[in-house]
Amino acid sequence: MSSKKYANEKGLNMKFAVVVFPGSNCDGDMYYAIKDELSAEVSYVWHTETNLDKYDAIMIPGGFSYGDYLRCGAIAAYSPIISAIKKAAENGKIVLGICNGFQILTEIGLLPGALLRNKNMKFICKMSTLVVENSNTIFTNKYENKENVTFAIAHGEGNYYCDDKTLEKLKSNNRIIFTYKNNPNGSLENIAGIVNEKGNVLGMMPHPERVVNNFMGYDCGLRLFKSILERSIDV
Amino acid sequence: MYSPSEIEEQKIYEHMGMTDEEFILVKKILKRQPNYTEIGLFSVMWSEHCSYKNSKVLLRKFPITGEHVLQGPGEGAGIVDIGDNLAVCFKIESHNHPSAIEPFQGAATGVGGIIRDVFSMGAKPIALLNSLRFGELDNERTKYIFENVVAGIAHYGNCIGIPTIGGEISFDDCYKGNPLVNAMCVGIINHKDIKQGKAHGIGNSVMYVGADTGRDGIHGATFASEELTDKSEKKRPSVQVGDPFIEKLLLEACLEVIKHPALVGIQDMGAAGLISSSSEMASKAGMGIELYLDDVPQRERDMTAYEMMLSESQERMLLVIEKGFELEIKSIFEKYGLYAVVIGKVTDTKNITIYHKGEVMADVPADALASDAPVYHKKSNVPTYYKEYENLDTTPNIIEDYTKTLIDLLKSETIASKEWIYSQYDYMVGTNTVKGPGASAGIVRIRGTKKALSITTDCNARYVYLDPYIGGKIAVAEAARNIVATGATPLAITDNLNFGNPEIPEIFWQMEQSTDGISEACKFLGTPVISGNVSLYNERSGTAIYPTPTIGMVGLIKDTKCITSSTFITEGDAIFIIGETFSEFGGSELQKLQNNGKIFGRPPRIDLEIELRNQSLVLKEIESGIINSATDVSEGGFIVSICESLFGTKFGANIELDSPILMFSESQSRFIVTVSKENKEFFENKYNVAFLGYVNNTGILEVFNIETKQNIINIEVKNFEKVWRNSIEQMIR
Repeated sequence: MSSKKYANEKGLNMKFAVVVFPGSNCDGDMYYAIKDELSAEVSYVWHTETNLDKYDAIMIPGGFSYGDYLRCGAIAAYSPIISAIKKAAENGKIVLGICNGFQILTEIGLLPGALLRNKNMKFICKMSTLVVENSNTIFTNKYENKENVTFAIAHGEGNYYCDDKTLEKLKSNNRIIFTYKNNPNGSLENIAGIVNEKGNVLGMMPHPERVVNNFMGYDCGLRLFKSILERSIDV
Repeated sequence: MYSPSEIEEQKIYEHMGMTDEEFILVKKILKRQPNYTEIGLFSVMWSEHCSYKNSKVLLRKFPITGEHVLQGPGEGAGIVDIGDNLAVCFKIESHNHPSAIEPFQGAATGVGGIIRDVFSMGAKPIALLNSLRFGELDNERTKYIFENVVAGIAHYGNCIGIPTIGGEISFDDCYKGNPLVNAMCVGIINHKDIKQGKAHGIGNSVMYVGADTGRDGIHGATFASEELTDKSEKKRPSVQVGDPFIEKLLLEACLEVIKHPALVGIQDMGAAGLISSSSEMASKAGMGIELYLDDVPQRERDMTAYEMMLSESQERMLLVIEKGFELEIKSIFEKYGLYAVVIGKVTDTKNITIYHKGEVMADVPADALASDAPVYHKKSNVPTYYKEYENLDTTPNIIEDYTKTLIDLLKSETIASKEWIYSQYDYMVGTNTVKGPGASAGIVRIRGTKKALSITTDCNARYVYLDPYIGGKIAVAEAARNIVATGATPLAITDNLNFGNPEIPEIFWQMEQSTDGISEACKFLGTPVISGNVSLYNERSGTAIYPTPTIGMVGLIKDTKCITSSTFITEGDAIFIIGETFSEFGGSELQKLQNNGKIFGRPPRIDLEIELRNQSLVLKEIESGIINSATDVSEGGFIVSICESLFGTKFGANIELDSPILMFSESQSRFIVTVSKENKEFFENKYNVAFLGYVNNTGILEVFNIETKQNIINIEVKNFEKVWRNSIEQMIR
């Protein structure tokens, strides 16, 4: 079926929030992916808001929050909206952090590990093939296990790192959701995206919102949003 | 600080780049001696960078009107109508001198400056491009400049979130001491939102918004208007420091303010900062402005009026607001954490009057600063090299091994893949990019419509050097060819005229000739010049760059369905070349390869009538659906175009030809196109085109010489694609 009227025709109802920090720059991309391609209800929420109760899914988009002059996501971690994001995560709501959003999620402790400078010390923008390592999540139930999908990457600090103990936990709980087929940035174990223990918070460096229509090169990112919308897996 | 009489007696103005005659003129205008602050204002406003005093006579020749032109040169950026009450706003600008001594910040602030020019018109920036020139990548200094310019562009564009979707770059020794960094920005605007930098309405408030003012960039415009020498290193403090985060906030706040009815005028504080924005806004409206410098947000202590007026601190704008609405405007900027301070008011004196610490520091006519700079028509003289090259034979040496020559060409810096560069630019942010860098033109869709824009920058400076008149025409024609090959109709151009010292008659001759060529091609191809920038004195210790009048062109794709691939798309398609191939090697990649980097002779000829005919053919048959893929032929000749059409695909091709050397010729007005087998006969009967061979699925490029009945090239595409793709990275290591 056409992706355009997806949400409406399926009669699905879900409210998405796109959090906007000063310096976010993929907020519009996320907003339009949800509004135009998924046809779901979505609003921008400025970082000074302290209540996210009326939303079901919280999207933290990419960009350079506060210019990322200190350490990516480090200043955003002190924004007024952070406590509301933490509360939403605790209550089992869906939280998705893309790129800078992933960096922020590690800074505020909703996800373990950290994102270091890319191994080649340069910003990298290109299409990158990912492997879906766990399709049994609220974010990936529209993909096959071990399926190869192409998402866009665009980051200077996407080199995922965590200690051995954390890595062991991520692995044993199937919390590594996406890996890179050809590691572009030096990430530990090719990690591209991970979830929290409860499985309701996903952080990933690649951008699904940049591959939601064929003119963008690919449209396989749309299935991630459809997975969220249909949530066929219980949290 | 010097007294007015000391300034005159000790010729202090000379250190600011002013001549004796210019100083006398200032005295005549003021009917007295100027004080230190005033002479500073005149020196920057009358610099070439701000006044175009040496290039104005040439710029007047450009066609600047057309039925679609809504705003021509003279404002922050030009604007062209694209229907549906939408318009496209664009401009290119140089940041050459700053990049020569501080490449990272020089390039970064170049990007920042051009973005401000576009949103100061009320447009939302949707794409960035650039045009870069460096020395050959065979020395550490050039590698350092190159890597840092690329990183600086990436830093600013990526952070602010505007995609860098294309550009062009080439490498020649003449740019070793004086690289070129030209940045172009394209925005979309609703007709009703178009704003101008005019200070109307006596008593209206002049507001300063954005970042605070520091001592960075003082006399940047003057510095940009003189030759670089080994002492230029000392001018590093003249290079501004950019903050893309602040600019992003400023952009968003300004786009909000643009919709506010109380906004009278808005202008970027770019070159010559506060004085250029205030005097130009006043002059354009026929008004005066009073400024109270004590209220200017300052980053450093004890700044003087002179320093504040001349500072080129980045990320600042000047607004004129209807009296009584200051607080409303302020609240918009406060949301983004930015300054919005009333620092002056509009008057009817026609003067810029500057108050600081209770004193009048300057009181000079706005027109004198902004529009009454002297205009020079410099002497022109045909250079010796041009005469010497006239009769030189440009026939290439005999090629023994065509495969080796092709591979050598593919790995030359100018032809090799630029992926190492553009993979550092975020070219997708905004999710409008249909075609990113790497093709001859970048394409962005216009959200909410079927339309898209095709955008390119182009200039083959070697041709311009060998014959500036022909080279100027080719620069425009080639840009149009890039645009047409994507399925777009060329709309208009912006130009960045990069030359050496205009006071040298041979350099001025290059300027005259190439602008003549550009004017003629623009008239013929129907693409007026709607904005632009002039960068002169591009010399290092007496060595001038090649004349490099870069063309930035925008074309309109009426329906995204017409967007055409530059690479082959279907097995079995017939490959055609449109346009005739002559033995033309002056300034070519092959000539450079065979002659140790030297170029000589005359460049390829160009006939604008043939150019237009071939472009119309391509556009017509793209829109009719006959042409499946199209690419223009440029550096390295048609065999390089065929290779580039194969790279990234799984296809191969078998090409048949006689006189194989001609596959490297750089004759103009040519395209490589493919049509399906079924349409082959129709296509070759209807047009005077040459069939070259078929696209196949072998993954091998085979070139067969009909005369000798021999395969002269037979190689796996993926092998030489690797060479092409990795070449730049290997040179950097």
